[in-house]
Amino acid sequence: MSEILLGAHDVSKRFPGVLANNQVSLQLERGRILALLGENGAGKSTLVNILFGMYRPDEGHVIIKGERVDLRGPDDAISRGIGMVHQHFQLVPPMRVVENIVLGAEPVLRGLVDLGEARRRVIELSRRYGLEIDPDAVVEDLPVGMQQRVEILKALYRNADVLIMDEPTGVLTPQEADHLLGVLRELTQTGLGVVFITHKLREVLAVADDIVVLRNGEVVGQTTPAETSENGLAEMMVGRSVMLRVDKSVAEPGDVVLELEKLSVEDDRGQIALNEVSFEVREGEILGVAGVEGNGQRELVEAITGLRGLSSGLMKIGSDEFTSGSTRQIAEKGVAHIPEDREKHGLIGVYSLEENSVLNRYHRKPFSLRGFLRRDVIKRHAEGVVDEFDVRTPSTSVPASSLSGGNKQKLIVGREFSDDIDLLVAAQPTRGIDIGAIEFIHRRILDQRDKGTAVLLVSAELDEILGLSDRIAVLYDGELMDVLDAEDSNREKIGLLMAGITDSKSSA
Amino acid sequence: MSRSVLRTISIPLAAVVFGLVIGAILILTQNASPGTAYKALLVGGAGDSDAVLRTLQKATPLIFGGLAVAFAFKAGMFNIGGQGQLLVGAVFAAGVGFGIDGLPLVIHLPVALLAGGIAGAVWGGIAGTLKATTGAHEVIVTIMLNFVAGNLTDWLAANPWKDNSGSNIVARTPLVEDSAVIPTFGAVPVGFLLAVITAITCWMILERTTFGFEVKSVGNNRHAADYAGIRVGRIMALTMAVAGLLAGLGGAVESLGVDGRFEAGVNVGLGFEGITIALLARANPLGVVPAALLVGLMEAGAARMQFKAGVAPELIDVIQALILFFVAAPIILRWVLRMRHDASEQLQLGAGWGRS
Amino acid sequence: MKLHQKRLLYAGLIVLLVVIWIFYAANGPQTTAVLAGTVRAATLLALGAMCGMIGERSGVVNIGIEGQFLLSAFAAFTVASMTSSLFLGTIAGIGMGLLMGWMLAAMAVGLKVDQIIAGTVLNIAALGLTSFFYDRSRSLGVGKYTNIDLGPLADIPLVGTVLFSRPPLTYLTMALLIVVHVALFRSVWGMRTRAIGEHPGAADTVGIDVLRLRYFNVTIAGGLAGLGGAYLALEAVGTFSRAMSGGRGFLALAVMIFGRRTPFGAYAAALFFGFTTALQNQFQLNNTFDIPPQFVGMLPFIVTILVVALSGLIGSMRDPAALGQTYEKG
Repeated sequence: MSEILLGAHDVSKRFPGVLANNQVSLQLERGRILALLGENGAGKSTLVNILFGMYRPDEGHVIIKGERVDLRGPDDAISRGIGMVHQHFQLVPPMRVVENIVLGAEPVLRGLVDLGEARRRVIELSRRYGLEIDPDAVVEDLPVGMQQRVEILKALYRNADVLIMDEPTGVLTPQEADHLLGVLRELTQTGLGVVFITHKLREVLAVADDIVVLRNGEVVGQTTPAETSENGLAEMMVGRSVMLRVDKSVAEPGDVVLELEKLSVEDDRGQIALNEVSFEVREGEILGVAGVEGNGQRELVEAITGLRGLSSGLMKIGSDEFTSGSTRQIAEKGVAHIPEDREKHGLIGVYSLEENSVLNRYHRKPFSLRGFLRRDVIKRHAEGVVDEFDVRTPSTSVPASSLSGGNKQKLIVGREFSDDIDLLVAAQPTRGIDIGAIEFIHRRILDQRDKGTAVLLVSAELDEILGLSDRIAVLYDGELMDVLDAEDSNREKIGLLMAGITDSKSSA
Repeated sequence: MSRSVLRTISIPLAAVVFGLVIGAILILTQNASPGTAYKALLVGGAGDSDAVLRTLQKATPLIFGGLAVAFAFKAGMFNIGGQGQLLVGAVFAAGVGFGIDGLPLVIHLPVALLAGGIAGAVWGGIAGTLKATTGAHEVIVTIMLNFVAGNLTDWLAANPWKDNSGSNIVARTPLVEDSAVIPTFGAVPVGFLLAVITAITCWMILERTTFGFEVKSVGNNRHAADYAGIRVGRIMALTMAVAGLLAGLGGAVESLGVDGRFEAGVNVGLGFEGITIALLARANPLGVVPAALLVGLMEAGAARMQFKAGVAPELIDVIQALILFFVAAPIILRWVLRMRHDASEQLQLGAGWGRS
Repeated sequence: MKLHQKRLLYAGLIVLLVVIWIFYAANGPQTTAVLAGTVRAATLLALGAMCGMIGERSGVVNIGIEGQFLLSAFAAFTVASMTSSLFLGTIAGIGMGLLMGWMLAAMAVGLKVDQIIAGTVLNIAALGLTSFFYDRSRSLGVGKYTNIDLGPLADIPLVGTVLFSRPPLTYLTMALLIVVHVALFRSVWGMRTRAIGEHPGAADTVGIDVLRLRYFNVTIAGGLAGLGGAYLALEAVGTFSRAMSGGRGFLALAVMIFGRRTPFGAYAAALFFGFTTALQNQFQLNNTFDIPPQFVGMLPFIVTILVVALSGLIGSMRDPAALGQTYEKG
């Protein structure tokens, strides 16, 4: 039997108000890939942080290379051969690749950092594992896939025996994701073990040797790909049978509501993020915009909703043309916006639910009159939203920060749906929330579509796009690659477009 | 008193007590008696109606100064420019006060006050506009403007607006016309009443109006404010202008009420005191009044404390600094008083110098 | 620095040298006095800027440099006056700076007080304490630090007087420029410091104790400000007076920003600011132009506002990404 490289034995961890991990046990053997599966809030992050030494377990213990250990911190775990590749990269953007890799374990010559030696080691490492990289490249200039390589090299530089990968494919195209999974396979052949955390069922079945499913902080299933299926895994994750495909009727598109004509938008650094994009969205249809994050989606959404100016081109909402519009002007035209970052844009945490329910409409009647807020009207409105959109909360006067992710999102959706709208812009509407809330919001989006609203859905979750959209547009590097009918689309086609490959030619 | 009010004032109260305790230790180092000193302080500030009047007069500019800082806090900005805004407000109010004659009180006084307020608003507005358009941090800009204001008002009081009557050589303006002096209703200075009314108005604006909602939104989460359709830059500039207006009014009230003129070198330090008061009041406009009364009492009684106990009046500055420390770092007080930690109480503004 | 920027810099330097040479030929003593005054004023600003940049590169804003200057000057002056030893006074100044640095660290890093508020507390406390304990009758019996000639180098006209015939703390500051530069950009400490100011999470996950390093950095940076205070009292002025720091602690922050948070950049910016001060003194001495002193006095502050405003517009002068944010583990 192979050595247990990394394991947890009856680990429990409690935070104020929640038991994040409840007697969880798992083990990773040398040369194998263990997939840790669970929906948002199941306790995966907590468990992994314990394995990595960020947290101490309240009960139970961690096992490394067959030995029971009490980790004092991440550096303790690192020195024992545990390497972590985080979901949100822990890299210092303005520093170079070589500096990022050796940070904390710097080679020293005469009291100063020996960058020459560091460079040598990095090049040797990248060659050995087939992860080519330019050591002097500045991290913030690298594409996401390369940045991930730097993260992996960081772990390998410290002689990791175990790689813990936290949701690694969220920022990759399907092809890049496949490539990564291949790299992981090869790494295990050299004797490494990999713990692969994800909520993507397909990947689990594709690459894992062993699967552990967490739900509500407990292990509810241990299996292998041979013994289960996507549906089986989904049921274990959620505890009931789950509709993986949403039931939707055939679309009957009407007039054009949103029209973009050669829209170009700059990003924060002044570079063109969106390059002469043109498409249209009609009443009663859902246009899904697919693409790996960072290819212009954010700028697209911000331009349409008025958070960002257009560099050139124009957009038409209904019969009105905009070359520059404020959020308010655009909202007046019947546009609703579910923002991709609910903490940053969608809510003000310290404000009550009442105040948040009118965050972007407090200035309109009936919520205010002649510059004064009408708190009783606002309160009634908030109560209505909470009721209709199933927002779980003790009252409407608590701060919004006290809600769970799913309930926050439902509050935002409820707010945006409270007037008649002609165009709904939904950006990553189900990111980071539990399956129950996901189903709820998907249903509501489809209801809007059936009522005749035009819906622009932007999502990095390809399954969501494929499941909900009537037509699919793909963005790559700021260019609109193509717009397909949903019936003609599948993962492979869209995946190629997401990587910039059209038909027989590829984008340089 | 309701439980939440009790909870809210317990930290500031404890901070004051601790400040006084350490102040007592400092008094001992000067071979004086804390008991005598504090008793004199109390009597000098509240012992008779003259003392009370002094306290109210001292508290008046402090209320305005505290409001100037507190209002800006609500928008997430740190207004350290109260000093400069107050000075320009004081000098321009005095200027209108002595420069125009023949107007009835009903017109002259409000106009003079307004002049002071507008001068302060411009001074604050400069910092706010720079922040909105270039991202320049208001801390540095307002502090720099303090020094510029100091120089500017010195020059005005020593040259074009100098009091050249009699044998005067001091840098100051002539006395303002009677029609621009703030009257007293019996024992209560109208200036103080004005300050209290202003505090209540500020509270109402912040809690009940759409403008107040916008200010607080920008202060809490400027990205969400952006999303909400609020013009963040405009609100920032406006908020600093309002803050400047408040400090400028404070200066105007000083010139037209207590002093009757503007004199260079007087009214120094009021800007920094505004910070202490705003933090004591946890940036709540209504809380500014009692906080200002407390500090005002200490200042009113300082002369008597020196006279009776031989303690330098600068001790009051040290005690204020201590109170500020304890209010800013309540964790020490909490630990001593065995209170639970409440993260929401921590006032946070922090950001870099450029655009965030 | 890019190539064309380097070329521009050299060209500018050459132009500057030519201009100086012309002025020197026209009026030697005045030019020398102005340039010497420039270096004198620049030293204090450079020390303050180095204090600020070590903190800011670690992610901690220090607006309490003004208070650190003031209280350290007071400590240096009092100790030097009591012991008749300038050396002990200097040590006292540095020590007071370290203490105040530690207090800022304790408040901002340890107690998670907002950094701006913490710095303001230092300023207010310094003003109050120095006023309270100020003894007007005290004086520096031994006199301030005097010039030390660096051998034959001091005999070179103009340059000799300005650069090689200066009191000791000025030389110390120049040496510190090199030390801080090497430490910040070549040493392990420097790399980790810069990392925690840009992305403390990244540093944390590789085992660097972010809070402890910030604590350490802010404390020792205080020592530099303390040296500045000692310089102010014992070398530049020779005595202590109320609020003698005169806003220069804040100017040091502008110098730091202008100098892109590097020691040599800051020194160049400090020379620029110092020049305006020296010029102001020269004008007042000779009444060269009929500008009221108050307007000349405003000049450094207005320049600072312009610098800060422009730095926001010029994207390249970016702040460390984590500046001003309290770091919470995990």
